[in-house]
Amino acid sequence: MRNINTIFQREMKSYFTSPVAYGVMGFFALLSGYFFYVYVYIFVQRGMESQMMGRATPMDVNEWVIRPILMNVSVIGLFLIPMLTMRLFAEEKRSGTIELLITSPVRDIEIILGKWFSAVALYACILAISSLNIIMLFGYGKPDWRPILVGYLGLLLQGAALLSIGTFISTTSKNQIIAAVGTFAICLILWILDWMSSYGTEAWAKVVGYLSVVAHFETFAKGVVDSKDVIFFLSMCFLGLFLTARSMESLRWRA
Amino acid sequence: MIKVEGLSKRYARTTAVDNVSFEVKKGQIVGFLGPNGAGKTTTMRVLTCFLPPSSGSANVAGFDVVEQPMEVKKRIGYLPETPPLYPEMEVEEYLTFVAKLKGLPSGDIKRRVGEVSERCAVADVSQKLISKLSKGYRQRVGLAQAIIHNPDVLILDEPTSGLDPKQILDTRSLIKSLAGDHTIILSTHILPEVEQVCEHVIIINKGKVVATDTVHNLTNRLRGAEAVAVEVEGRNDQIDKGTVQQRMEQVPGVSRVVYKESRDSRHLYEVESLQGRSIRPELARSIVESGWNLNELRSVSLSLEEVFLSLTSSDEQPAMVGSAN
Repeated sequence: MRNINTIFQREMKSYFTSPVAYGVMGFFALLSGYFFYVYVYIFVQRGMESQMMGRATPMDVNEWVIRPILMNVSVIGLFLIPMLTMRLFAEEKRSGTIELLITSPVRDIEIILGKWFSAVALYACILAISSLNIIMLFGYGKPDWRPILVGYLGLLLQGAALLSIGTFISTTSKNQIIAAVGTFAICLILWILDWMSSYGTEAWAKVVGYLSVVAHFETFAKGVVDSKDVIFFLSMCFLGLFLTARSMESLRWRA
Repeated sequence: MIKVEGLSKRYARTTAVDNVSFEVKKGQIVGFLGPNGAGKTTTMRVLTCFLPPSSGSANVAGFDVVEQPMEVKKRIGYLPETPPLYPEMEVEEYLTFVAKLKGLPSGDIKRRVGEVSERCAVADVSQKLISKLSKGYRQRVGLAQAIIHNPDVLILDEPTSGLDPKQILDTRSLIKSLAGDHTIILSTHILPEVEQVCEHVIIINKGKVVATDTVHNLTNRLRGAEAVAVEVEGRNDQIDKGTVQQRMEQVPGVSRVVYKESRDSRHLYEVESLQGRSIRPELARSIVESGWNLNELRSVSLSLEEVFLSLTSSDEQPAMVGSAN
């Protein structure tokens, strides 16, 4: 536990001493702020329209503003994740510091978990930025807080799962750019699988559809915690970390 | 302290280390000498549990590198060829990180970081970013990192490579001062370094150990067999190089006379003695008595350099070293 913490702290410090954390957070704040503005604008306009028509249609902030925002944050996350994980192992391999880690009395899994936790923690900080927008809504309306919490749980799970895959890809290269591009490709595929599955109803379409990250997140965005989706994300975390451990072991046989 | 038996490391197509065995006793400084690509780094990586051996065994401080890597890692300090530094960290912060990683108790960390900073002369830059440090300082931070947990065994991979002469001297004296507390293996392809720093030397070439001995013995093997450069001149230009050679070969104790070159009526030879024989007085007398002028009689110093070259050049093993074995 102490070793995990040592690695975790160094990684966090490294994120915040380089421009990475600030750049990613700024980029994210800009995008999520823009989407928040758009959805609130649409919501307000619809409210005024229905008032002018003299019909009192029920207006649900959760359904009309928060859910689409959460869906957008989920997709923006796919683009940010490669930037968070690309450095983790690729940089250590390039600069040779991996030799220090491997020859220290620390287990591989402690190194991996320390690094992965740091990426998840930074991702959580990023999500916290988007929650500022949503907190503002409480000042003007009465959104239900429970589906919001569930949505954020889903975002965190989705992020953790993709970050574990990114961590694995980072172990396969000495080059951060390659690690980032590889991770981005996988994130993209896991996202568009959702569209591919919608073209067919056969068995393959179901299997492909099941692998889609976005489809699994959708239930969270609706405010539903489905154990099927939780297990999907957790098993993906496990898969990513398992592959990372294997890959790290193979470094020694090939290095 | 370190015991390596029949160690081999094979990669897909090449064998980096081939059936290497050696032993290092507690408190010794051992030089690992060999040309580039000889398998020095690979052997060191096996000892530090970075690479597993393909076959054979390595034992550090009583623990096997395959069976109990955690115990080995606790007792080993390692400085790879490029010091494993994080450029975005400050020196003190980095050493604290390494101290934690090596499992030092939290209470000791601050004191220990101070101690090694003093010892490796990096205390004056402790608040500087590593990326701003000169190469010499980086190397010293690398050394500080290796000794922070006071390991029994220190493994240094080319600790002086890329430094300027002053820094090389400083680093060498630092390494020497570390002996006694630590058992040290250092690799190098610089011969004088081994002569100056190490007590024992392991010469490795193409993955094989070609010689293991003390530096003293290795140089003595050669000093025992003396080599003398001789310049002989005829008095009335009446001198034949063959006659001179024959005459010198008759001197007792001479094993070999090699004709080098002639300048006018002067002839140059290199004369080698048998083991443990001093031939210079006899040689001088016989030349003068034959009526020639002895212009020069100079003992040719044979250094570790020659042993090294003769051991690592691919053709034959030199007779001198072979006979001493």
